[in-house]
Amino acid sequence: MVDLTIQSRAVGDASVASRAKTLTRLQLTDNVFRWATRLCAIGVLVILSGVILSLIHGSLPALQAFGFGFLTTAVWNPVTENFGALAPIYGTLVTSLIAMAIAVPLGLLIAMFLTELCPMFLRRPIGIAIELLAGIPSIIYGIWGLFIFAPFLQQTVQPFLIATLGNVPGIGFLFQGPPYGIGILTASLILAIMVLPFITSISRDVFEAVPPVLKEAAYGMGCTTWEVVRYVVLPYTRVGVIGGVMLGLGRALGETMAVTFVVGNAHRLSSSILAPGTTISATIANEFTEAVGELYTSSLVSLGLILFVITFIVLAAARYMLLRMERRVG
Amino acid sequence: MADKALYSSRKRRNGIATVLSYGSAGLGVGVLFLVLAVLLWKGFSGLSVAVFTEMTPPPGSAGGLLNAIVGSLIMTILAVVFGTPIGILAGTYMAEYGRHDRLTSVVRFINDILLSAPSIVIGLFIYEIMVVRMGHFSGIAGAIALAVIVVPVVVRTTEDMLLLVPNPLREAASALGMPRAYVIRHVAYRAAKAGIVTGVLLAVARISGETAPLLFTALNNQFWSTSLNGPLASLPVVIYQFALSPYADWQNLAWTGALIITFAVLTLSIAARALTSQKGN
Repeated sequence: MVDLTIQSRAVGDASVASRAKTLTRLQLTDNVFRWATRLCAIGVLVILSGVILSLIHGSLPALQAFGFGFLTTAVWNPVTENFGALAPIYGTLVTSLIAMAIAVPLGLLIAMFLTELCPMFLRRPIGIAIELLAGIPSIIYGIWGLFIFAPFLQQTVQPFLIATLGNVPGIGFLFQGPPYGIGILTASLILAIMVLPFITSISRDVFEAVPPVLKEAAYGMGCTTWEVVRYVVLPYTRVGVIGGVMLGLGRALGETMAVTFVVGNAHRLSSSILAPGTTISATIANEFTEAVGELYTSSLVSLGLILFVITFIVLAAARYMLLRMERRVG
Repeated sequence: MADKALYSSRKRRNGIATVLSYGSAGLGVGVLFLVLAVLLWKGFSGLSVAVFTEMTPPPGSAGGLLNAIVGSLIMTILAVVFGTPIGILAGTYMAEYGRHDRLTSVVRFINDILLSAPSIVIGLFIYEIMVVRMGHFSGIAGAIALAVIVVPVVVRTTEDMLLLVPNPLREAASALGMPRAYVIRHVAYRAAKAGIVTGVLLAVARISGETAPLLFTALNNQFWSTSLNGPLASLPVVIYQFALSPYADWQNLAWTGALIITFAVLTLSIAARALTSQKGN
């Protein structure tokens, strides 16, 4: 009897002790896991600040040497070590803007097609195809642009542009010079093709977020398809569409490989969009491994910093817009 | 009379918009398929066993892409090994522990920026912190540059997928006395497994075609090498170099390499899509 009680108490003691041990162990793993996840979340912030700090650090020599003038001079001379970022900045902005001017209307019209006009059985396949195409690496578009698209432009489109628009007073200066094939215009068109799937799939997503009741009411009143899109869908989704467009712009600004193949890589400011030019990313991709001397390398890193600042602003604005759209819908 | 004019002008406008819409859809889909068609046509003509068994050749002789394919595989695998755990854990914090934290909203915003930041800038970053320190280009630097691109993709999908796990599942597990870490690992992860794997597949698809971050981290290597401490060849960089060269056989190899990459990327994206749609059913 006594034995039994002692035994059972012993068993009880052991189980209390082991339970306490198990509990501490569980608490420990819980805490370790919690802190590991927290640390990794902070790691994301560390990566971004690391990017910014390392770019600033790398670009200090050039910024000290050239100061603010780095942004406003178009000289790029590795021999005399005189560098200015104006030509690449100009090229980046112009190619992206032309690309957006082409891709945005096309993307919106395709989104209108997919949400309003397309027969039901085709919607899913076309939608999926567009999303898959958005994932194709940019180097594929680059190689296609170099071997197929640029020669085609050189032989047909560019001579036509020079012969017709080139003589129109006011805009004629945009279409001067020989048809090189490669150049600002070709790069813009390739960029447009690349961002088209992006803009289309985001616009389609926000168009689909419009409550059907709104559209049905408009159709019920006798509105045409165009009127429904123009006066119901677009006003409702405006913020989301702008967000999507800016996301596409962010991608176009930073796009490297597709542009490097076809932009011509010439450091000069030219009023003609048929002439070869360069962009920030193309300049870095092209020259970085060959750059000798601290100042040359540092100038290229400064270009990277400028690109990062521009895209950061555009992307932050895009995210803010899309967030506003989400809040409104959800 | 005025009504009739109004009707016909509305009809006309609608007609124009409809035609433009059909036209754009035709043009857009047409151009994108043209890109793929040319790629198939050009790439298939150069496809042979030699592509997978021989090294990249000097100009003017025959060869394959073996060292580039192997280099790409090594760096991609390493990038996934480095990047995935960080991404999954960060996503876990955002969806589980810190769902309503200020930290979470900041991380989400920064992560979205990283997600679409220009990849060439990532290359510069790794160049500054690794290549300059080590004094030479290396495969490991390339792998880490790719890992930096993997992280935001995985963070995003992990968070999204964990947020889709119904709360009653977590509550039921907690009610049984499971500690939080166990609930997350044995209930939430299990429920969100397909989605998290999808995120990893998408990340692999994303980095397998990335060229810009490798240009000045891993550089390129014309010879057989699996050493992570020296320059390492990769498929995208070889395509870049060969396509811009004046030699016809190099250019043909570039097309073939482009076909291989596109095939891999499309396969991965379709697999990822199949995985999530299965889950939905």
